[in-house]
Amino acid sequence: MSKTATKPKKAPAKGKADEGSHVPIFVMGKRYDVPASLTIQKALEYAGYQLVRGCGCRGGICGACGTVFRFPDSYRIEVGLACQTVVQPDMYIAQIPFFPGNKAVYDIETLPAEGGTIAALYPEVFKCVGCGTCTRSCPMDIDVLGYISKAIQGDIRAVAEGSFDCVMCGLCAARCPAEEVQYNIAVLARRLYARHLVPKAAHVAKAVQAIEGGTFAKALQELKKKNVDELKKLYKALETEPDMAEDSWTPKDRSFLGD
Amino acid sequence: MPYTPELKELIKKVEKTRPARVEKKRMGGEFPAMSLQEREAILKFHPDFKEDGRTEILVGPSKGYRIAKEMVSLLHAKSRVDPDAVDLTQVDHETDVLVIGGGGAGSSAALLARENGAKVLIATKLRLGDANTMMAEGGIQAATKTGKDSPYFHYLDVMGGGHFKNDPGLVETLVVEAPKVMAWLEKQGAMFSKFEDGSLKAMHGGGTSRKRMHYAGDITGAEIMRTLRDEVKNHPDDIKVLEFSPAVELLLDKTGACAGAVLFNLETEEYFVVKAKAVILATGGSGRLHIQDFMTTNHYGATGDGLILGYHAGVPLKFLHTVQYHPTGAVFPEQAEGLLITEKFRGAGANVLNVDGEQFVYEREPRDVEAAAFIRECLERGKGVPTPTGKLGVWLDSPMIDVLKGEGTVRKEFPGKWILFHRYGIDITKEPMLVYPTLHYQNGGLEINSRTETVVPGLFVAGEASGGIHGENRLMGNSLLDVVVFGRIAGCSAADYVKRALKDGALSLDHVRAYNRSLDDARVPVDGRVAPMLLPDYSNPDVRKKQLTTTYTGTLR
Repeated sequence: MSKTATKPKKAPAKGKADEGSHVPIFVMGKRYDVPASLTIQKALEYAGYQLVRGCGCRGGICGACGTVFRFPDSYRIEVGLACQTVVQPDMYIAQIPFFPGNKAVYDIETLPAEGGTIAALYPEVFKCVGCGTCTRSCPMDIDVLGYISKAIQGDIRAVAEGSFDCVMCGLCAARCPAEEVQYNIAVLARRLYARHLVPKAAHVAKAVQAIEGGTFAKALQELKKKNVDELKKLYKALETEPDMAEDSWTPKDRSFLGD
Repeated sequence: MPYTPELKELIKKVEKTRPARVEKKRMGGEFPAMSLQEREAILKFHPDFKEDGRTEILVGPSKGYRIAKEMVSLLHAKSRVDPDAVDLTQVDHETDVLVIGGGGAGSSAALLARENGAKVLIATKLRLGDANTMMAEGGIQAATKTGKDSPYFHYLDVMGGGHFKNDPGLVETLVVEAPKVMAWLEKQGAMFSKFEDGSLKAMHGGGTSRKRMHYAGDITGAEIMRTLRDEVKNHPDDIKVLEFSPAVELLLDKTGACAGAVLFNLETEEYFVVKAKAVILATGGSGRLHIQDFMTTNHYGATGDGLILGYHAGVPLKFLHTVQYHPTGAVFPEQAEGLLITEKFRGAGANVLNVDGEQFVYEREPRDVEAAAFIRECLERGKGVPTPTGKLGVWLDSPMIDVLKGEGTVRKEFPGKWILFHRYGIDITKEPMLVYPTLHYQNGGLEINSRTETVVPGLFVAGEASGGIHGENRLMGNSLLDVVVFGRIAGCSAADYVKRALKDGALSLDHVRAYNRSLDDARVPVDGRVAPMLLPDYSNPDVRKKQLTTTYTGTLR
């Protein structure tokens, strides 16, 4: 699996940093000299761009700022999230903040949680040629080809787990020669897996039942009426579950519990 | 950038004290937690207590209220749009329910409004899902473990965290709805971290008496958001989405009820009129106002627009005098500055240490207390760790989690943070992280009741834009809960209102004219400011000087 995505990379020899540790970058082919410590996103703002598209959480999780870049002396297309990737000398940059990607419409409740569902909703999954460009295009270092192979095999769990870190930036779909929309296949698999294949949390159902049965209604009505001093007293007396306690820990005082 | 040799030298002090600290924790020993009196004493180091950081609001329904200067400067600004320039007879979109904001609250609201029979239009400033919800890492609180927890304990924790000032009715709703929300999210197919038998994993957050914070790795908010976004897109006939189209003012009808909004297409720069039978404001928070120049963990769009819209329409503000600073924002490397380091690290047992590698505060105090303790350690006691850019921070000892809970725990439980720091050449399973408080959450907002109703009929508010649920300080894991609980309620309330409301009045911006006039009457120096802000200004002043023919309306070119 390629790790070239956003890893710091040695600058090509000729693009050395100029005075004041500024480096030349090329935004859609046009040169700007920007401080060497900036991310691509901040470098664009430094250069004078006011961002509307291609800028979201600025923290590497929303997938708004997928960016491709190249260096003059390398044939490789490199990728990164603009908010996470530090500029490098002689980088040729283009942001791909949006790339069309069709999404199947479905009712998650009634959708059969079986391998064939992915293929039924996204039949193009079989067009995958196994080139691995998706994996090389993933700024999150996800083995995209790996999970697409599992999607072809109908292994919903493997797709769900293998795609968990996906930020849905769309760079994989932008570069896929088989015209897949990998991230939508991934979200479908995660929802199918979590909805239908993982056992339900019995304790959640039990808590909901207790609430709907009015188990806590009286206690809460009384709490709501208490003044600050009374609340403080109750708060201070709370028994705290120890950090290292197992999930099965129970408090000494059994009052106000749901069972 | 990996740690500098100077910082690596200081890390040795952390490593030196680690074995004893791990041993102590294994035996159940902790750094002593503060008493309520001690908490109150340390809070004087919290930015909220800096009186010159605030100023008084001179107009509107909360006139006389003192809140952060940066917020007041937007309240003391004219409307971005000239009411006389908008042709309200030309309606561009008509819908039952207009949801303003496409984050966790807006998406939940849209889904429930649809489920209750309404046609929905979501108008959002950036993309659907571009919101603080997406960035929430740690988890979502809900008292689901009936053998040790219940809404009763959750209620007390929320009140304690909020300094017992919270609105009791809103807190009751939050904690009672919490398990139902978990059941709903599970049904939507959100992939929570579970045990083999399907029961949800749970951790502590700051200020929780029981482990009730459920999570999906360290990207809980992203997992909830991408699931809800996918579900919104599963109803293209009933829920329309307008992206890059923030609302700039609400519209009222002749009876004073909310009846739509004016939208601004950020790309074509057109203004659009939306007529709606009910409106839900779910615009989120305001970290990008950089109160007191703090760095922020917030989304690019977090500029408090909903506060402005709601206030112009007559909704009072509650609890905006307090702002939450997350104790642990990254201060190193420079590129990651302000970035959220989830509280879950402390929930998992990571100690907090000063420049000498010594503990100075229990790691699970409520957020305001924890943040104040960091600030005191750095600024008053001089025990902060200096960074190469001249900032100060304290250590968050992530490697001790692996020592406590087994090799590989950090990689498994914090995959997002691991890869991020790995890219900068820092291995957080071996080296601690350097952190300092960062602007994180708008504790207060527009006044609502338990049905998310405001004083304006037909106007509902959900999520971070509302105020009262968290009192003066929100606990970790209660904001993801808040957005889904009150987003769902807003959807139901609005759909219900649509069925009852008789609406066919003419649309009006008179409330905006009146607000503009009140600024003049109060002789507020507006200085050309406009609101809402829509996007923060990160432009380069040197570039601006050369933009000889460019005009700016507020921060926008």
